[in-house]
Amino acid sequence: MTGRVDGPDKVTGRARYAYEHPVDGAAYVWAVPSVIAKGLIRSIDASAALALPGVLAVITPDNAPRLPGTGDPELALFQSRAVAYRGQFVAAVVADTLETAREAAGQVRIEYQQAAHDVTLTQSHPGLYKPDYVNPRYETDTAVGDFDSAFAVAPVRVDATYRTPAEHNNPMEPHASIAAWQGDTLTLYDATQGPSRAAGQIAAVFGLDPSAVRVIAEHVGGGFGAKGMPRANVVLAAMAARVIGRPVKCAVTRPQMFAVTGHRAPSIQRVRLGVDPDGRLVALCHDVFDQTSTLKEFTEQSAVATRHMYAAPHRRTTHRVVRLDVPTPSWMRAPGECPGMFALESAMDELASACGIDPVDLRILNEPAVHPETGQPFSSRNLVSCLREGAARFGWAGRDPAPGVRRHGPGSRWLTGTGVAASTYPARAMASQARVSASHFGRYQVSIAAVDIGTGARTALLAVAAEALGVPETAIDLRIGDSALPPAMIAGGSMGTASWSWAVVKACRSLREQVRARDGAVPPGGLTAQAAIAADIDALPDHARYSFGAQFAEVRVDADTGEVRVPRLLGVFAAGRIVSPDQARSQFIGGMIMGLSMALHEESAMDPEFGDYPNHDLAGYHIAAHADVQDIEAVWIDEDEPELGPIGAKGIGEVGIVGTAAAIANAVYHATGSRVRDLPIRLDKLLS
Amino acid sequence: MKPFGYVVAPDPAAAVAIVTMRPGAAFLGGGTNLVDLMKLGVVAPDVLVDVTGLLPDRVERQPGGGLRIGAGVRNSDLAADPQVRAEFPVLAQAVLAGASGQLRNMATVGGNLLQRTRCLYFQDVTKPCNKRTPGSGCPARAGDHRNLAVLGGSLHCVATHPSDMAVALAALDAVVHVEGAAGPRVIPLSGLYRLPGDEPDRETTLERGDLITAVEVPARPYARNSAYRKVRDRASYAFGVASVAAALDVAGGVVQDVRLALGAVAPVPWRARVAEQVLAGRPATAEWFGRAADAELAAAAPLRDNAFKVTLARNIVVRMLCVLAGVPAGDTA
Repeated sequence: MTGRVDGPDKVTGRARYAYEHPVDGAAYVWAVPSVIAKGLIRSIDASAALALPGVLAVITPDNAPRLPGTGDPELALFQSRAVAYRGQFVAAVVADTLETAREAAGQVRIEYQQAAHDVTLTQSHPGLYKPDYVNPRYETDTAVGDFDSAFAVAPVRVDATYRTPAEHNNPMEPHASIAAWQGDTLTLYDATQGPSRAAGQIAAVFGLDPSAVRVIAEHVGGGFGAKGMPRANVVLAAMAARVIGRPVKCAVTRPQMFAVTGHRAPSIQRVRLGVDPDGRLVALCHDVFDQTSTLKEFTEQSAVATRHMYAAPHRRTTHRVVRLDVPTPSWMRAPGECPGMFALESAMDELASACGIDPVDLRILNEPAVHPETGQPFSSRNLVSCLREGAARFGWAGRDPAPGVRRHGPGSRWLTGTGVAASTYPARAMASQARVSASHFGRYQVSIAAVDIGTGARTALLAVAAEALGVPETAIDLRIGDSALPPAMIAGGSMGTASWSWAVVKACRSLREQVRARDGAVPPGGLTAQAAIAADIDALPDHARYSFGAQFAEVRVDADTGEVRVPRLLGVFAAGRIVSPDQARSQFIGGMIMGLSMALHEESAMDPEFGDYPNHDLAGYHIAAHADVQDIEAVWIDEDEPELGPIGAKGIGEVGIVGTAAAIANAVYHATGSRVRDLPIRLDKLLS
Repeated sequence: MKPFGYVVAPDPAAAVAIVTMRPGAAFLGGGTNLVDLMKLGVVAPDVLVDVTGLLPDRVERQPGGGLRIGAGVRNSDLAADPQVRAEFPVLAQAVLAGASGQLRNMATVGGNLLQRTRCLYFQDVTKPCNKRTPGSGCPARAGDHRNLAVLGGSLHCVATHPSDMAVALAALDAVVHVEGAAGPRVIPLSGLYRLPGDEPDRETTLERGDLITAVEVPARPYARNSAYRKVRDRASYAFGVASVAAALDVAGGVVQDVRLALGAVAPVPWRARVAEQVLAGRPATAEWFGRAADAELAAAAPLRDNAFKVTLARNIVVRMLCVLAGVPAGDTA
């Protein structure tokens, strides 16, 4: 076990998170959320709030500074009197203390002109439309061959509709920012997954040169996508600081996070599979129905994984989205792949039952030689190896497929079952730069605007740099978490380590060249090398690059109560080179636990009357507790990824959550004979 | 913020006097629920009277084998008490089924009995709630009520009582010692709670200033053969979806005595007296246990999304009584 380099700082409390940075003379801002889901602000009476001692300003659409850059409507704070969803920030109070700001926020009187809201997604909603693309820039629909004709005559067919609920990222550290202006330059301490991106976006909002904004994110307490882009809190802190001429601290509360910091939209997904008599897919179709807000289009790319998972000559994928009066959905760990693979991998299990083929064998049987839609070769693809390795480790062979017939022991109330599902996630890298310098005294400094959101990025990058420089880790000072450093990709899309390590290794190699050219001598002034990888990424061959995995679950279901337990969960992954094994294991297992949580617990239930997610805290929004996670294991197979940079790391932040929910749902079917197609699998769905 | 005072009264009588006289005063026990409600703005006392140091904090054996549990006893200590574990297992199990280790270390017995519902509407001051703001309405009946009451609710309120401990105490015929403005008195636990009717804001029969000082549990032959089973939406650290406290005395295959209470299905810890009456003197079999459960649950009035609780409660009752009777359960579902 290699320790995390920042472990001692974290366990002793020395590690500083955004809100904790001491800033002289800081004031506090507290947001006022809308209590209607749709309508207009008719009037705002701030007099009672302003009368409270210590209140410095009440910012409303009537007096807020005009923001020149409103490309992201979620960041166009107080620029309009329209209300797009319940919980949207419509005003804010700045005060000397947090307590005063909060109290005063409760005394801002707002009159609304309320309009009827529409917050319910249905498959037949008249407002459904075909977006120009789905997140981030995937094609909305694809088709190969003639699905309808092929499906109509397929001898064995599955046609099933699956539903996933809205889910909230809920990182442990809520979104928080401190803003301090010096003239027209802005310093932000921010809980962000991407200092470079945040600096650029906030500069755009305030009409500043990107160099005028510096974002510092020394330690970040999780993000899962929610901190991948700046949210309202960053603009609020910066705006309030500008209004009062003092630094301002802003922290989002847990309930507010259920409105303004993004979430995974609910989905309705119809999957149709048709096979020939020997189990080969001839027709495959995945239709997704999704929702977004009226403020901003975000369409979760739930059918995208279906495009490359299995061979089938006739195939189609579609996405439709409807704008509702709901909070704006956004990125949550494996957007698209995660909900989409619940549907596809559940359907594959239904198909295995329907045609009497073992579900592992069925997947192997339909393994494509090339990308089934584009014909691109795969840079590396080891799904079959993962399935075989997992089946061997799990003891899958000889599994009786009959559902609902096994007990944990004679007379036991526990029904038992096992299930399998595949995992996948795109393997990509994005433009990043790194700078490495060597001193005359044998020390090295590695600088990149990467950020460690709790994944162990510091530890991994230090290992990568030490190997590339051929020096011990103790000789290196690693600087990350600051947009003043060479710009880098966000910690997101499973691209952090892949992108950053590519740039770091390239810079390190360049530095070694320089040192070699001087016969190993570093001059008194030191040497510096800087590298960028954008051109290398553009030069990548036109291949399909994905990580894969296979997840196996054993469940017990209480026959009296429908309670589900997961005594065993195994994930086998093929994700290129694993840079830092201990951190990687944590990432895989963390993903699988979040997948277990998705399978059994997580649901933000929309309240149709009020148009909000009323279970907006961690008592109401259940995530898996320790007792829900029993024997959990993640392993990986050695995979050579020849294309994705000098390291060949495919990224591991997301593949672990993909497929877990289906493996568990499939095991629940095997245990009980009940097929639950709408998550989460709560006990009421298993009680007849 | 709204300032509030904090006082430590010298003795229970003084604490009672302060809270009786000051309408804005509230007793502070472990604070595990009250402080949350203050943060949410659901309650806003102007003075907190800390009673944790005033109340008895011991579990004492009574002549005859009963227990007298001080209202200041921390939940963790109650659950760990050797006599409670051996002679009243239902009580130890119920306490351990609630909250988390950290919360049980803070929470007191008196506070546990008086904790408030976790109904989402009660906790959200931006929405109506008849319990919080009488007459404002109850959005739960049409809204989020999957985990609300199927027994004892009214048009005005379908909140559930959140305590596990109180369910075990209801089954065990506990009585509550109360210090009030007019001196001490004793009320049966079943008489402590009120059904919501058209006054859901009045949850108990306590008067302003009344302070619970102790809970007494009588010795009974069935208490040793007792158990608590809580079903919730995850394996730990969640409020119940349905729970059952059961104690059973069987001789010669016949029910001599039975005590049964249901949790998380009603606005109060629900003593299942109808089921108890059905079972008295009847064969201790899964069939009779099922009949008893059905008789109790005949009064259930579930809403759109919580009818499953009726099935769930029935299944737990049958399974638990079978286990306590040592008879096969078969499949209840």
